[in-house]
Amino acid sequence: MSMKRILILGAGTAGTMMANHLRHELKNEEAEITIVDERHKHYYQPGYLFLPFDIYKPEEIVKEIEEFIPTGVKLIKCRINKIHTDEQYVMLDNKIRLDYDVLIIATGARIAPEEIPGMQSEEWHKSIFDFYTFEGALSLRNKLREWDGGRLVVHITEMPIKCPVAPLEFAFLADSYFKQKHMRDKVEITYVTPLSGAFTKPKATEALDHLLADKNIHIETDFAIERIDPERKVIVDYGGKEVPYDLLVTVPTNKGDDLIGRSGLGDELNYVPTNKATLQSVAHKNIFVLGDASNIPASKAGSVAHFEAEILTENILRFLKGEELKAEFDGHANCFIETGNGKALLIDFNYTHEPVEGTFPFAGIGPLRLLKESRMNHMGKLAFKWIYWNMLLKGTHIPFVSTNMQEAGKNF
Amino acid sequence: MSQTRMIAGKEIKVNDEGYLTDYNQWDKQVAETLANEARIELTPKHWQVLEWLQEQQRKEVALNIRKVGASGVVDIKEFYSLFPVGPLKTATKIAGIPKPASCI
Repeated sequence: MSMKRILILGAGTAGTMMANHLRHELKNEEAEITIVDERHKHYYQPGYLFLPFDIYKPEEIVKEIEEFIPTGVKLIKCRINKIHTDEQYVMLDNKIRLDYDVLIIATGARIAPEEIPGMQSEEWHKSIFDFYTFEGALSLRNKLREWDGGRLVVHITEMPIKCPVAPLEFAFLADSYFKQKHMRDKVEITYVTPLSGAFTKPKATEALDHLLADKNIHIETDFAIERIDPERKVIVDYGGKEVPYDLLVTVPTNKGDDLIGRSGLGDELNYVPTNKATLQSVAHKNIFVLGDASNIPASKAGSVAHFEAEILTENILRFLKGEELKAEFDGHANCFIETGNGKALLIDFNYTHEPVEGTFPFAGIGPLRLLKESRMNHMGKLAFKWIYWNMLLKGTHIPFVSTNMQEAGKNF
Repeated sequence: MSQTRMIAGKEIKVNDEGYLTDYNQWDKQVAETLANEARIELTPKHWQVLEWLQEQQRKEVALNIRKVGASGVVDIKEFYSLFPVGPLKTATKIAGIPKPASCI
């Protein structure tokens, strides 16, 4: 085949994995691969959960983007101005024009605190915090170090959000953090969610609701926030319900990158409409989307991007050869859920199967237990940081973990 | 998991949470009865919202509060005043369409 130009937008988890996969599969004379990102640093985002509690140090979760881009892939660090789908090129802020045959959008999702009145007030990062950014997690760490207690409210603005279990984990870890500091009796923890229970899937919700009760964390469900009153320190929902806080840890609305909106490619939250099985964009055959940037009904999580990348690599090879795409992505997600006190749960699910109890990755053996708290699961979560930096980003297949979800070993 | 119950004098198929499982069985009397149970009196504005929700369902659009707010039919504040308790859950039930799965 003649030389093809493959352009990847975004050098985060998803884009970096694709660059590695594709360079491995395609010879230099078959395809020119370019990846663009405006940032210089690659952040290990799961680490944002641990940073506020002094479990990880900042330097453990930041590396240079270059370290993970393979030789033979051109990395351009520049802000992307616009995608021109009609003439198949991308314009960068520095006026460089990048023409493509295949475009891979991996521009992710970001928090949009500006969506809720009162959120980005002068109290932002003083009594109202996010932990979905490095700056947010770090300033929250500093706040928690000196905080002498009161009402802690852990809050989700609206779905979908990246890593939908992270706010729950935050509440669990907060319980354990304040116990260790011998001040749990001085802190009232409330978990406020727009959902009708702790999580989006029934069986996991049952298990997690139970854990919340065990840890004396109150839950306020069906709360659709309208605004924050930073002076009175209350969050207010559309129905007029109010929840007071001294320290608010919120997950703001998540949106796709503004680039997607500017280029006219997004839905109302700037996510790109994408075929959920092939990962091809609905509007343009030569555009593919992976990771948080798409609108597919799967979790916005690194594990999902990892499984998607394996299928998308094959589909891009097929596309280049003019073959039919494989409609194979099943929405597979695999997430450790920190529950505090050195334990964690593990959930493994897809579009059609909700998380249930069982064993993983070996049916009947484990060693990891699904939907049950254990120390082994916690070790798994901590080990994942090493796996992420050393295997996942480089596109190395993780042993025993299959791309599609396995039904064996699960108690449906 | 489907069962039936009498609504407006007809035997209607519903799920465990009382949502209709066969949209073809929905009619305005069914809606009136379900609204009554939720202590809501349906005004023309309510009907506009219900029709908009049904149209989204036909177009297979996944529903959420934000989309209702951007519908041009009501804003979120009005939606809450029309269906005060859990508006989207209540309104979809009355409209005879499935409870929105907050997927993910």
